[in-house]
Amino acid sequence: MEKEYWRWPESKWMSPDIDWKTGDIISAGVDVGSVSSQAVVLVDGKLFCYSNFRTGSDSPESAQKVMDKALEETGLALEKIHFTVGTGYGRVNVPFANRALTEIACHSRGANFMYGPQVRTILDMGGQDCKAIHCDERGKVTNFLMNDKCAAGTGRGMEVFADLLSIPIEEMGQLSFKVEKEPEPVSSTCVIFAKSEAVGLLRKGWPKEKVLAAYSSAMAHRVVELLGRIKMEKDFAITGGIAKNEGIVKRIESELKIEALKPQYDTQIAGALGAALFAKALVEKERGLR
Amino acid sequence: MLAHYGYKDGSGDYFIVIDTDKCDGCGECVTACPYGVFEVGEEENDPFREEPVAKVTELHRKKIKYSCAPCKPTSGKKPLPCVQACRPDAISHSW
Repeated sequence: MEKEYWRWPESKWMSPDIDWKTGDIISAGVDVGSVSSQAVVLVDGKLFCYSNFRTGSDSPESAQKVMDKALEETGLALEKIHFTVGTGYGRVNVPFANRALTEIACHSRGANFMYGPQVRTILDMGGQDCKAIHCDERGKVTNFLMNDKCAAGTGRGMEVFADLLSIPIEEMGQLSFKVEKEPEPVSSTCVIFAKSEAVGLLRKGWPKEKVLAAYSSAMAHRVVELLGRIKMEKDFAITGGIAKNEGIVKRIESELKIEALKPQYDTQIAGALGAALFAKALVEKERGLR
Repeated sequence: MLAHYGYKDGSGDYFIVIDTDKCDGCGECVTACPYGVFEVGEEENDPFREEPVAKVTELHRKKIKYSCAPCKPTSGKKPLPCVQACRPDAISHSW
C-alpha cells in the first residue's frame, strides 16, 4: 500500500491523579469536526480524559467512537456523565449530547482554559475552516469571524500538500525552514490552484522544501488577513491541528510581529474542552448554583 | 459581540457585521430585507444570553455577495434597507 503522508497521529490521554468517583459534576464535550473529532471529560472542571480521532463519514458514529475511546480504561460509563455538549460542524449529530453549541463559543471558552484569562485573540485553524475570535477575560466571544467557504489556510489544505510532496505531515513544519532564502509565496491561496501552482514549481526544478515554504507563507499570509478584520490584540493563541505545524505558526508570528502563546495542551481539543466547560456551567445553572 | 457573517474569497471581503450588544431582536431587519437574509433567534454563540438576536441565515452566509447584490447597484446607490431599518444601528456591511 502506498504511504499515506497526510495521516496525522490520533491520540488519547487520561489523568493519573483524578478519581472520577469523588467528582461532583462530571461534564463532557464532543467536537465533531470536518476532519477530526475530539471528546473531553472534566471532573469538577478539571481535565480528566480526552481523545482525538479522525472523523468518519458518519457523524453520530464518529461522536460515539471518540467518546468510547476517551472513556476506555477510565472505568467511567457514559451514563455517569451529568451533561454533554456537542459542538463542531457535526454538533447536531451527537446522539448523547444534551445540547449543541457553536464551535465559536466553545473554542473561545476552551482557549481561555488552555492559555489562561489573558488570551484575547484566538486563531483556530481547523480541518476545513478558519476562525478568528476576540474574547474577554472570561473567554466570552466579543468579536468573531469564520471562513468556511474557502479551504485556504486549513488543515485539509496541508494534508493535500503532504501527499503532493510525499512528506509526512508532522515533518512539514521543520522541512519548510530548510531553504536558504524564503521564496515568494505561491500566488493562489485556493488549495486547488495552489496545488496546480506547486506542481508547476516542482516541474521547474524547485526542491520540495522550497515549494513547501512558498505554500506555508501563502497560508500564513491568508489567515493573518482574517485577523485584520477583528480586533487583533495581545495575547494571541493558535488552536486546531495547524497549531502543531511550526512552519505555519512561526510565519504567522513573524508577519504579525507577535509571539503566539505556547500551548500546554493538545491544541486540537480546544473546541471539545470549551464544550465540556459549558456543560459544567449549564449543570451549575440547572442546580441553581449560578 | 461583533458577529461577522459571510466570507472572504479571492474577490474580496463580504461580511455583514451585527453588533449583538446593540441588537434587541426586534426583527425589523427580517421584514426589511427583500431577500430573506436575516432571521431572529437564539444566540448560538452565547449560551447564556436569554434574549433573541438577529443573525444571517445559514442559507445566505456562503453567498452573501450575491444575496446582497441587488441592493448594491454600481450606480444610483440607495441606503441599504437592512441598515436603514435597524433602529439601534447594529448592522453594517464590510463592502
